[in-house]
Amino acid sequence: MNSCTERLYNGLVKENPTFVLMLGMCPTLAVTTSAINGLGMGLSTTVVLVLSNMMISMLRKIIPDSVRVPAFIVVVASFVTIVQFLLEGFIPSLYSALGIYIPLIVVNCIILGRAESYASKNPVLPSVFDGIGMGLGFTVGLTSIGVVRELIGAGKFFGKQLIPLADPSTGAAGYTPVTIFILAPGAFLVLAGLTALQNKVKNNAAKKGKKVPETSGCGEGCGSCGNTACGGKVFPTGNEE
Amino acid sequence: MENKLNISSSPHIRSKITSGNIMLMVTVALLPASAFGVYNFGMSALLMLIVTTAAAVLTEYVYEKLMHKKITINDFSAVVTGLLLGLNMPPTAPLWMGALGSVFAILIVKQLFGGLGQNFMNPALGARCFLLISFTSQMTTFIYDGETGPTPLAYIKEGSMESINSMNMLLGRIPGTIGETSVIAIVIGAMFLILLGIIDLRIPGTYILTFVAFIGIFGPMANENIGFFDPHYITAQLCGGGLMLGAWFMATDYVTSPITKKGQILFGVLLGVLTGLFRLFGGSAEGVSYAIIISNLLVPLIEKVTLPKPFGKGGEK
Repeated sequence: MNSCTERLYNGLVKENPTFVLMLGMCPTLAVTTSAINGLGMGLSTTVVLVLSNMMISMLRKIIPDSVRVPAFIVVVASFVTIVQFLLEGFIPSLYSALGIYIPLIVVNCIILGRAESYASKNPVLPSVFDGIGMGLGFTVGLTSIGVVRELIGAGKFFGKQLIPLADPSTGAAGYTPVTIFILAPGAFLVLAGLTALQNKVKNNAAKKGKKVPETSGCGEGCGSCGNTACGGKVFPTGNEE
Repeated sequence: MENKLNISSSPHIRSKITSGNIMLMVTVALLPASAFGVYNFGMSALLMLIVTTAAAVLTEYVYEKLMHKKITINDFSAVVTGLLLGLNMPPTAPLWMGALGSVFAILIVKQLFGGLGQNFMNPALGARCFLLISFTSQMTTFIYDGETGPTPLAYIKEGSMESINSMNMLLGRIPGTIGETSVIAIVIGAMFLILLGIIDLRIPGTYILTFVAFIGIFGPMANENIGFFDPHYITAQLCGGGLMLGAWFMATDYVTSPITKKGQILFGVLLGVLTGLFRLFGGSAEGVSYAIIISNLLVPLIEKVTLPKPFGKGGEK
């Protein structure tokens, strides 16, 4: 049964929603001020994504084509509400840190994109694994952005002070945090830097003659592609040479 | 005679002015302000200027070496960026901060967008805003004559005009960043550039005039004890902060200002209004850096609306 592992690989590496497809940028840029926020957001989205993919895949023969988007939204919104109440009840600190971005998972384009392009056309099991792969890819993306931003912007790693801070009042030597990295511009800088890094790694692997996945989301036609904005036109991958 | 009979493709007549010459002249024009900064603030200012300039040139060299590009450190553009950033730093800031700013200016604002001529905002100002947001307290603490105190602009913002001595502000005997304090030294450098034809009055002139008009009209709204076109208030606003350095040396940067004449005037007006808005109604006393980089971002739009019509085009359909 390779289509399940293939789905995991697809979500984590080949079509990583954060670094390759560039989907879900709103929560990616907004909540990754710390690693724990990124991880929390990623996992909440993963839960919603897996459950909604499963449900939509089960209902794919029942939902009429003309009203499929409202139907998807209803399914997604129900799961988001459940996740929101669970977070509020059991991890209130994370709930307050993520704030409005939890209800906004409903309109996260990764979830709707996967429902539209994969779950509504494929059987239940691959859809669940597609959700797990995409969700974990999103979680890895958000967590790595959060780790870098937290480390540079506050000298912390998952909330633990890794590098002692300088104190100007006592004159103690140490690290002076570059605050811009936990503010909005830092999100763009880190996202761009990490995307460039993973492109570099993939290009280097390609030079060594390894078989490398296409970097565009259009590798295997529009069926598996989350990017519904292209309207079926296949974009050049920009990776030919 | 032989030189005139070449059969190469056009252009046949080339100017001797290169970007290297221009940048060298800008560096020379910045020397009076730098020299006054060193005289005013001492060795720490000199060290800061050396560190920012060296770091900028080194970053450019290392990046171009690593990326196998043509090494362009001889065109002095990195020197100008580093020097301008140094002039925008408080003399008391730690040296590594200046170096970090230079790396940001050259690497992220300039080289990643394609190098000289491609940067979308003034690299020195981009780096200054980066440092200002990251290290707010170190970038806005000014020590002068052994005392930590607010800059004259901060006093003006609070509306206390009594402590303002316009003569000291004109000469530069006030706290501030290394290069912004002395209006006289900056204007000497700017006159040099104007006489050489490297910059013209269009951008700085409209910038300063718009700013004067704006604060003359809206100054009383921001502060009750300021009169309509209060000369003391306007002089202090003009001589305080980075307005002069920004207007003459940073708003006139070729890469990040419009090339059309109408566009340059529009750009100057925009700068004046934004600076006035930030200074009078913003949270901080200073607003020149943000005004310039925001206007830099609007330059492509300004050029689009002020595109001159070629002869014969347009008219009634």
